[in-house]
Amino acid sequence: MADLGIPLSSTRPANLVGASVSDFIALMKPRVMSLVVFTAFTGMMLAPGHLNPVLAGIAMLCIAVGAGASGALNMWYDADIDARMQRTAARPIPRGAVSREEALTFGVILAIGSVTTLGLVVNWVAGGLLAITIAFYLIVYTMWLKRRTPQNIVIGGAAGAFPPMIGWAAATGGISLESIVLFLIIFMWTPPHFWALALYRARDYERAGVPMLPVVAGADETRKQIVIYSALLVMVAFLPALLQLGGSIYALSAIAAGSILLSLALTVHRVREGREADRAAQRLFAYSIVYLFVLFAVLLLEAAFGRYLSLTGVSLA
Amino acid sequence: MSDEEQREWERRRKTRSVAIALALAALVILFYIATIARLGGNVMNRPL
Repeated sequence: MADLGIPLSSTRPANLVGASVSDFIALMKPRVMSLVVFTAFTGMMLAPGHLNPVLAGIAMLCIAVGAGASGALNMWYDADIDARMQRTAARPIPRGAVSREEALTFGVILAIGSVTTLGLVVNWVAGGLLAITIAFYLIVYTMWLKRRTPQNIVIGGAAGAFPPMIGWAAATGGISLESIVLFLIIFMWTPPHFWALALYRARDYERAGVPMLPVVAGADETRKQIVIYSALLVMVAFLPALLQLGGSIYALSAIAAGSILLSLALTVHRVREGREADRAAQRLFAYSIVYLFVLFAVLLLEAAFGRYLSLTGVSLA
Repeated sequence: MSDEEQREWERRRKTRSVAIALALAALVILFYIATIARLGGNVMNRPL
C-alpha cells in the first residue's frame, strides 16, 4: 500500500488495527439473537400446516440475521449512550474496534438481505413482519422512545415480541389469534424483565441520560409497576392453555413458573434497602429469562410431541 | 502505525475478506437449495 502512495489513514480508522470478524458477530447481539430464534422457532412449530424443512431452516436463518441487523443498527445509533454505560462500554463501537459507518453499512445490508430473502423464499407476510420488527426496533424504540420516555421498553418491547408471529406467518402465511397471544406473552414479559435490570443499574442509565422508570419515577414506583406487569404477564401466559395452543403440561408449567415469578416480584417490592434489594432485582432479572424459556420450551415440546404422534399415526383419544 | 500493528491490520483484513467470500458462497448455495426446495422437479419443466 505504501508503494502506491496512498496515505494509510485514508484506508483505515485512526489508531485501529481494524475490526475482526468476532467484532461484527458481537454487533449482532448473539444472545438476543438466540432468544429470538428460539421464540420464532416455537411459533413456527406451533402453527398448523406444514412447511418444507429446508424452507423452515432458511426462514429461521433470515429471522436470526434480521435480529442481528436490528442489533447492529441499534449499536450504530446508540454508540454515545453505550460508551457512557458500564454494561455496554465494551461493545465494538465504543471500544473503537468498529466504526459507526461500518456498523450502519453492516446493519443495512443484513436487514435488506434478510427481509428480501424471507419474502422471496418463504412468503411476504413473514418478510413484511420481519421488516416491521427491524424498523420498529430502530425507529420507534431506539431513535424515538429510548431517550424520551420511561415508557420506552413498554412500547418498544413490541419489537422483541414479533419473532413468534414471524415464525407462525412463515408456516401459515398469515396472522392468527394464537400468534397474537404468543406476541402478548413477550410483550408483557419485557417491562418487568428490563425494569428489574434498571433497578440495580439505575445509576448507569442516569449517567447515560436514558429515562428508564427508576431514573424518572423512582425505585418505589418501579417496584410497584414490576408487580403489576408480572401479575398481568402470569395471566396472559395462561392464554395458550385456554386457546388449546398448549396442553395440560403447559397449563401446570405456566402456573408453577408464574408463581415463582410473582413471588420474586413481590420480594423486589418488599426488600427496598441495601445490597439485598439489588440482589432481589438481580434474581428477578435472571429468573425472568428462565421463565420465558420454560413457557416457550414446554409449548415447543408439546407441539413436537403432537407432531410425532400424528406422524406415527398414534392417537391418544 | 508500527510494523506489528501493520501485520495485525493485514491479518484482520484477510480474515474479513475470507468471511465475506464464505458468506457470498453460502448465499449462492442457499438460493440454489431454496429453488430446488420450492420448485422440486418442476425446475426443469418448461416449454422449449
